[in-house]
Amino acid sequence: MTRKDRIAALKQAARERILILDGSWGVMIQRRELEEADFRGERFRDHIGQMKGNNDILCLTRPDIISDLHDQYYAAGADISETNTFSATTIAQDDYHLDLQACIDINREGAKIARAKADEWTAREPHKPRFVAGSIGPLNKMLSMSSDVNDPGARLVTFDQVYQAYREQVAALYEGGVDLYLIETITDTLNCKAAIKAILDLEEEGQETLPIWISGTITDRSGRTLSGQTAEAFWNSVKHAKPFAVGFNCALGADLMRPHIAEMARVADCLVAAYPNAGLPNAMGQYDEQPHETAHELHEWAKDGIVNILGGCCGTTPDHIKHVADEVAGVTPRQIPDRPKALRLAGLEPFELS
Amino acid sequence: MTPTFINIGERTNVTGSAKFKKLIVEGNYTEALAVARQQVEAGAQIIDVNMDEGLLDSEVAMRTFLNLMAAEPDIARVPVMIDSSKWEVIEAGLKCVQGKAIVNSISMKEGVEKFKEQARACLKYGAAVVVMAFDEVGQADTAERKIEICTKAYRVLVDEVGFPPEDIIFDPNIFAVATGIDEHNNYAVDFIEGTRAIKRTLPYARVSGGVSNVSFSFRGNEPVRRAIHSVFLYHAIQAGMDMGIVNAGDLPVYDDIDAELRQAVEDVILNRPQRHNISNTEYLVDLAPKYKGEKGQVQVANLAWREGSVAERLKHALVHGITEFIEADTEEARQQADRPLHVIEGPLMAGMNVVGDLFGAGKMFLPQVVKSARVMKQSVAYLMPFMEAEKEAHVAAGGTYQAAGKVLMATVKGDVHDIGKNIVGVVLQCNNYEVIDLGVMVPADRILAEAKAHKVDMIGLSGLITPSLDEMVFVAREMQRQGFDIPLLIGGATTSKTHTAVKIEPGYVNNQVVYVLDASRAVGVVSNLLSETERDGFVADTKADYEKVRLAYGKGNSQPRSSLIEARANRFKIDFAAEPPVAPSFLGLKTFSPYDLHDLADHIDWTPFFATWELAGKFPAILEDDIVGEAARSLYADARAMLKQILDEKWFEARGVVGFWPANATPDDDIEVYSDESRETVVARFQTLRQQMKKTREGQSNTALSDFIAPHPSLPGGMPDWIGGFAVTAGHGEMEVAKAFKARGDDYNAILATALADRLAEAFAEALHARVRRELWGYASDETLSVEELIAEKYTGIRPAPGYPAQPDHTEKWTLFDLLDARERTGMELTESLAMTPPASVSGMYFAHPKAHYFGVGKIEKDQVADYARRKGWTVDEAERWLSPILNYVP
Repeated sequence: MTRKDRIAALKQAARERILILDGSWGVMIQRRELEEADFRGERFRDHIGQMKGNNDILCLTRPDIISDLHDQYYAAGADISETNTFSATTIAQDDYHLDLQACIDINREGAKIARAKADEWTAREPHKPRFVAGSIGPLNKMLSMSSDVNDPGARLVTFDQVYQAYREQVAALYEGGVDLYLIETITDTLNCKAAIKAILDLEEEGQETLPIWISGTITDRSGRTLSGQTAEAFWNSVKHAKPFAVGFNCALGADLMRPHIAEMARVADCLVAAYPNAGLPNAMGQYDEQPHETAHELHEWAKDGIVNILGGCCGTTPDHIKHVADEVAGVTPRQIPDRPKALRLAGLEPFELS
Repeated sequence: MTPTFINIGERTNVTGSAKFKKLIVEGNYTEALAVARQQVEAGAQIIDVNMDEGLLDSEVAMRTFLNLMAAEPDIARVPVMIDSSKWEVIEAGLKCVQGKAIVNSISMKEGVEKFKEQARACLKYGAAVVVMAFDEVGQADTAERKIEICTKAYRVLVDEVGFPPEDIIFDPNIFAVATGIDEHNNYAVDFIEGTRAIKRTLPYARVSGGVSNVSFSFRGNEPVRRAIHSVFLYHAIQAGMDMGIVNAGDLPVYDDIDAELRQAVEDVILNRPQRHNISNTEYLVDLAPKYKGEKGQVQVANLAWREGSVAERLKHALVHGITEFIEADTEEARQQADRPLHVIEGPLMAGMNVVGDLFGAGKMFLPQVVKSARVMKQSVAYLMPFMEAEKEAHVAAGGTYQAAGKVLMATVKGDVHDIGKNIVGVVLQCNNYEVIDLGVMVPADRILAEAKAHKVDMIGLSGLITPSLDEMVFVAREMQRQGFDIPLLIGGATTSKTHTAVKIEPGYVNNQVVYVLDASRAVGVVSNLLSETERDGFVADTKADYEKVRLAYGKGNSQPRSSLIEARANRFKIDFAAEPPVAPSFLGLKTFSPYDLHDLADHIDWTPFFATWELAGKFPAILEDDIVGEAARSLYADARAMLKQILDEKWFEARGVVGFWPANATPDDDIEVYSDESRETVVARFQTLRQQMKKTREGQSNTALSDFIAPHPSLPGGMPDWIGGFAVTAGHGEMEVAKAFKARGDDYNAILATALADRLAEAFAEALHARVRRELWGYASDETLSVEELIAEKYTGIRPAPGYPAQPDHTEKWTLFDLLDARERTGMELTESLAMTPPASVSGMYFAHPKAHYFGVGKIEKDQVADYARRKGWTVDEAERWLSPILNYVP
């Protein structure tokens, strides 16, 4: 299958059923109890500082583990698995003193590892093709939030720097063979807009157009993103990307996320996607929600017609994904609403002139 | 009440406001932000920001101002219009806004290619655009040129660039009229007609314009300029103008412009045939000085309305938002009326009705309406003491006073919208109800505390955004939990009768919940609910109505659930013979009073401590975090210092009690606690709740806590088993310390002390659980776990707490506290709503079996509620009240 064929197959599958994304990577990698040496491998043996905790580097130093996790999630029934590249930008990897070349290699190799597994499963089960989403995570530096309590105008990075970092990541993911981009766990919409611009610019310069999936994060019960936007304002601010899918992930469990997904289902004229955490963490920071509980809640969403893509974020495992996939099999996906055209703007809150 | 015309704030524009320019040039951004805030508060729905000034580095000024604005939620909530004639400045602005902005403006003046390039950039940044009617030939002046250029631009944008037509706003150029040059006479008509054609032929496109240009020739004469703007807008809006850069709050109401002036202005704007022996322009120029409002003259002209009757004056003041004479006029009206209330019901309401009509007809704008409400409030405030006195006189004369009623209103937590709520408040006050308005973003606990303090007759909740719905459900449940018995009103844009009936009403059964569609219904609802004669009928009708709504909603919405019988058959099965229960090292109670706080300080889990302060991140990494690291380090240093003081000076005292008892599970999900190993005398029963979600897959069970305890030895598969319980607090002294800090105005240290007490209590619970496992119960005496593993809960056994997912029923705390003799031994108490005091307290049960695990009960069905009520000795109603958050049906 060429990438064009795969994109067509992805869009066709989305019309027919609720698509399943994979679950958490952090928990699964943590369970391996890897040592500093695993993270360093041969290539970074003498690299300064600590490397343990930099999960993305495992694409280069323990590709066997990454490949196995893709395999587990595809086996659990995931249609889409994400590359292990959540923090693979020069800005985020600066914490580990990694340079541009290392970032490019993580993204490209991360994409290739996932690609190989996806192709293997597609060959085995041609009726259920598997896809690879290039994970583009948030940065530890935000464009809408001050870095200094005494100076609300202060910023640690510029739009151009964020744009450049995402541009490098997007190009490497593309080269590695991803089928779509997943800009995820968005805490600051302006950072996301820089990523969108990077993708659109690359495409204007000749790179093949891939579907874009945009996933924000509502951080608490206030119903706002960390940078202060409501769900509808967030949608108004990113819809120019003409996303393949939009939705939310992380921070909340399914019960608390539901109203925001329902709101997105009302306003967005593209697919709606959700991958909540396995509940809220307990006092110990662990997730207690059991696979059947997650599946039960998400099945409700599916039946109520508010989602097209479901998966899991922090605390979810292949077992969670398997339960979700089994529960929602056969449920009709959400119908994309036909909203009247109107001038829709946003500050922190939406504005509509209809 | 959707305004049909969007007014864009113009005061943050250096080309339009000398004051703003001065602030920016001087670098006084704090004051400049205040200008932006005033505009939003005055009703601007979009803010125009323009930094085109020769003295400025416009790019830097744009970036600085927009970044500062982003930090002000009350300003940043509205979209920005990035206004500059320089593309570089616009692009700098686009790189600073997370929302969707409007670019003002791009045009074809440098050719189509440049235009397309800039449009494509706007598309990729995600912005709407204002397109000026401007091409390489020049600015469009006639209607034909305006239509021609806009049509061409529209086709290029939509067909060639792929720009969404709904994101295009045309500015067909507003030029000055009455300049003395005949060619200019038709400029306003050209704009109006151009607008009409654009709106008709270019689907979804919008029209905007800078209004002040039109009156340019009358600069220096603000009253006439404002009259021109008002008349111009009146006609342009009817032709389809959607938005404009204008200070709408300042404009006179079209109908109220002096008839002579209005006709003269209208003749100029519409370029009508001249009525006099001089041109329309000359006529207006001659007339203008009379309205200029210079000293002396201004008094005469402005105060003509003072000569009308008092009712007319009140109406005028309301429509024009003038507070200057309101007290005198109100007093005069009061003297003429029989009762103070009649002033409100008479002339004031009549005036407000006029305001409503003008607003509906598009002749008044929202900011003007807000000003009217302010006048209304002042008048009512003036009347209040008289109404109070009347009340007192009535009572003194032996009469019984029928209070009209006290209503508490609030916009719920997480929501900042209050226009609708304010209107309801005004209307209620006008009807002699006392309104206590708590404002916006009010958390549930404050709403309920204030309601109690003021002994209100009902509570009204308002909210505009969707998440507010959940918050309202929460407030309703809290009212139930705290035993309120007053009506609850629900209103606001996203609320609905369906949501109220399906989600809110079931959670609050002590009294009636009523959905209030709009402000006009509020008085009817409130008076019905407070009327001795009408109340019962009204409540019965409402209940019946909501029941119908729920039935309609519930249809086709059922999911497979297990009956209680099926769920019990599918219980979580433990082979107790294979893994037999371990007997505790002692039976009965062991008290720790006090427990050494030094032992606990080392076991504090700091991550949640930072979360309390809304600093997100794991400890200790959070101390090095780029964004919050510095704040976290400073807080941590303060916390450590205070912790040392707490320990050294013994601010707090930790006390706790642990107990173990012989126990066995019954077939109906109770856990019987026995006096001794003979297991004959039941001294207490823990009731547990069972999951009822459908479990179809192999190995999935419908779990209840009782599944983790073996059945009685007399039953098949039964054998001796035990259960434990604990109650700990680190909070003795906590409230006194916090209070002392608060009294000194030191809220920071008050919160710090409370947060540390909480952490110490949690550490206490953890430390005690570890000792229970290793020695006190001793079922895991060989346990050797690192601190990390402890935090990861890698140990055997659980300590679930009542009120948490495995046992959502808080009332189990009564059983627990009684068994533990907790009040006596630890000084802890339970409030009527089952909150523990001191606040820094933890309690729960111990289950020791290796198969015991945490789970969530989820929603339960009526059959289990009935069974639970039987076991608890409650009525079904009582059970539904306590369990209302987890009911899977509407009682």
